[in-house]
Amino acid sequence: MSAHADTHAHEDDHGHHHKETFVTKYIFSQDHKMIAKQYLITGTIMGVIGVLMSMMFRMQIAWPEEPNVLFEALLGKWAPDGVMDADIYLALVTIHGTIMVFFVLTAGLSGTFSNLLIPLQIGARDMASGFLNMISYWLFFLSSVIMVLSLFVEAGPAAAGWTIYPPLSALPLAQGGSGMGMTLWLVSMAIFIASSLLGSLNYIVTVINLRTKGMSMTRLPLTIWAFFITAIIGVISFPVLLSAALLLIMDRSFGTSFFLSDIFIQGEVLHYQGGSPVLFEHLFWFLGHPEVYIVLLPALGITSEIIATNSRKPIFGYRAMVASILAIAFLSTIVWGHHMFISGMNPFLGSVFTFTTLLIAIPSAVKAFNYITTLWKGNLQMNPAMLFSIGLVSTFITGGLTGIILGDSALDINVHDTYFVVAHFHLVMGISALYGMFAGIYHWFPRMFGRMLNKNLGYIHFWVTAVCAYGVFFPMHFIGMAGLPRRYYTNSNFPLFDDLANVNVIITIFALVGGVFQLVFLWNFFYSIFYGKKSVENPWKSNTLEWTASLKHIHGNWPGEIPHVHRWAYDYSKPGHEEDYVPQHIPLKDGEEELQH
Amino acid sequence: MDLTQGTQEEKNNRAKKMMLWFGIVSLIMSFAGWTSAFVVSSSRPDWLKDFQLPNAFVISTVVIIISSITFILAKSALKKGNRLLTTLWLVATFVLGTIFIFNQFSGFQQILDLGYNFTGPTSNVTMSYIYLIAVVHILHVVVGLICLLVVIYNHFKQKYNATKMLGFELAATFWHFIDILWVYLFLFLYFIR
Repeated sequence: MSAHADTHAHEDDHGHHHKETFVTKYIFSQDHKMIAKQYLITGTIMGVIGVLMSMMFRMQIAWPEEPNVLFEALLGKWAPDGVMDADIYLALVTIHGTIMVFFVLTAGLSGTFSNLLIPLQIGARDMASGFLNMISYWLFFLSSVIMVLSLFVEAGPAAAGWTIYPPLSALPLAQGGSGMGMTLWLVSMAIFIASSLLGSLNYIVTVINLRTKGMSMTRLPLTIWAFFITAIIGVISFPVLLSAALLLIMDRSFGTSFFLSDIFIQGEVLHYQGGSPVLFEHLFWFLGHPEVYIVLLPALGITSEIIATNSRKPIFGYRAMVASILAIAFLSTIVWGHHMFISGMNPFLGSVFTFTTLLIAIPSAVKAFNYITTLWKGNLQMNPAMLFSIGLVSTFITGGLTGIILGDSALDINVHDTYFVVAHFHLVMGISALYGMFAGIYHWFPRMFGRMLNKNLGYIHFWVTAVCAYGVFFPMHFIGMAGLPRRYYTNSNFPLFDDLANVNVIITIFALVGGVFQLVFLWNFFYSIFYGKKSVENPWKSNTLEWTASLKHIHGNWPGEIPHVHRWAYDYSKPGHEEDYVPQHIPLKDGEEELQH
Repeated sequence: MDLTQGTQEEKNNRAKKMMLWFGIVSLIMSFAGWTSAFVVSSSRPDWLKDFQLPNAFVISTVVIIISSITFILAKSALKKGNRLLTTLWLVATFVLGTIFIFNQFSGFQQILDLGYNFTGPTSNVTMSYIYLIAVVHILHVVVGLICLLVVIYNHFKQKYNATKMLGFELAATFWHFIDILWVYLFLFLYFIR
């Protein structure tokens, strides 16, 4: 009876979609799987732009003010005689940060995998609102286009750092990039926030309401828990950035003084008085810090899933994993002050933020411990997805350890705004999240495209990336402790740093090699979409529901009834079963007990 | 309550209602951003501490509360199947919403008449905040009015009845939200100095 009702409802819901045209299938698609692919490909293109920028400014740091053919070709008037201009250096750093944080690791990561996996893993036909989901992607696309277009503004793109502190961002005449470039940055980000909110609302209500029968919250795969909580953090923190941006726009365009005080520009006294840029910093970092976890948590969720599957073992401490996601999410909203220890804040307030920040070490350590314990004595399947997941555990620990130093106000003041900070956040959030994204792509590529990625190219991709990532960021800790400030165009005017010049050359070489080897991945990715080996139904012998759905692209995911769920997602190597995995939709045998997890 | 149960349609309706609620959470957070910036800025030396809100704001507060009540009356009329009365109350809500916006603007005029400016070199930051917060709220009311127009249109097309009124309920929830939001903002601006 229920089977009949379900099938019937399915026909009602989706009957009118059966005649898909090219436009409704590939462009204005409302199907979550297609939207996931759109997010992934847009995110990848933005990633190429972001990485290319970092390679360019790394070359400037290693060989300061030397002519370079690449600069001449790519930067045009910003590299007279092939020497990079100082203004464009700042702009490159700014846009690199913006693109990587928001466009690649927020939209590219969450957008891709939340869209792909939420309906498939919870057993839903699609997102709660396919229409809003489509709007969400196209707003993201629009914001990406505007951000890229801002690179071609005559006076240069935004160059105030990705944190766009006033006054550089608030006074259109402050520097080249403060004019039209900054305006486009703000427009692009406003659209991006709208896109991200629509996406998050969809993810949240889909997880709460559209789970299949038997899929209780404690049977959800950890991927879904991570995407769910990430979306909640997004709904709470992104609007505050919008508030800050609106106040900033008022200051820029309507002459108010929210963030500005007694200031001169080009020898002229401006009328602003009484405002404080520190207020902007507070509002910005109220989003900015949760944003770190918006980037990181999906990667951690993906890793949980991949490590359990490829260790052929149940995830260690399922409830502790869920609890630590919740704890991290909660703590992420009360630690923003640790970005502002030297802004003149009351030292007592600083110590409060130190305390809350260091508390994050506890749930983070729980997660790292559980990953390692899941790996312990597992039957490890070392495929590229697994390697990237283990890589994430490694960089998460390395970057997390320096977080303890930076979270402590007394220690942070010494290394604030040096390369130590750059090393810390790139490892713990940049590289970790990127590894999570790569792991997810290698693992779910068959689910997305019905074909396999080439494994050997995957191994090359991982090992070169892993060596280069540490090669880039490990030495940065030392030059940071030696006092080298971040965001400087050149250090050649400071004899103090002459000894560090060689280290910067080594870092840049690693960055260039690592960057170029991403081409291996790109080739593998685009080649395999069309010519990769055909995938079998469940290539990784995984338990989760997405592998029970049809590999063919059909709207509604399951041709018949949605499978019901009878167990949690981590019944690997369970005694009493012939195979070493028991998918979630297999009913319990007579006398079999569900694992207490 | 086991949310995995129920038909596809029940699940979808529930999801849409919940989506609005989470959307409201995000709107609350953006207003929390502005009001906390307001509180932080109130320690500035150029802050106006002895300023009285214009009378028009008091009137508009009363108007928007009444508009919520008329919306509730419209809903109960719809539930009883009284189409004419539903139309009447919906139109009344719309008119009251328009009066609210009109009143807000006359409130701005009253402030300007006192010699304060919202923007530009002569602006005062307290007034800039009040203006910004009120204008962003007005934008939400405009969205509410658009939703209301859609509801009125659908009502004329006889799309709602006592058992099928999802769109109606969503519009009502949003309308009550912007009502409560303004009452909160009014009390906030009245008491926080």
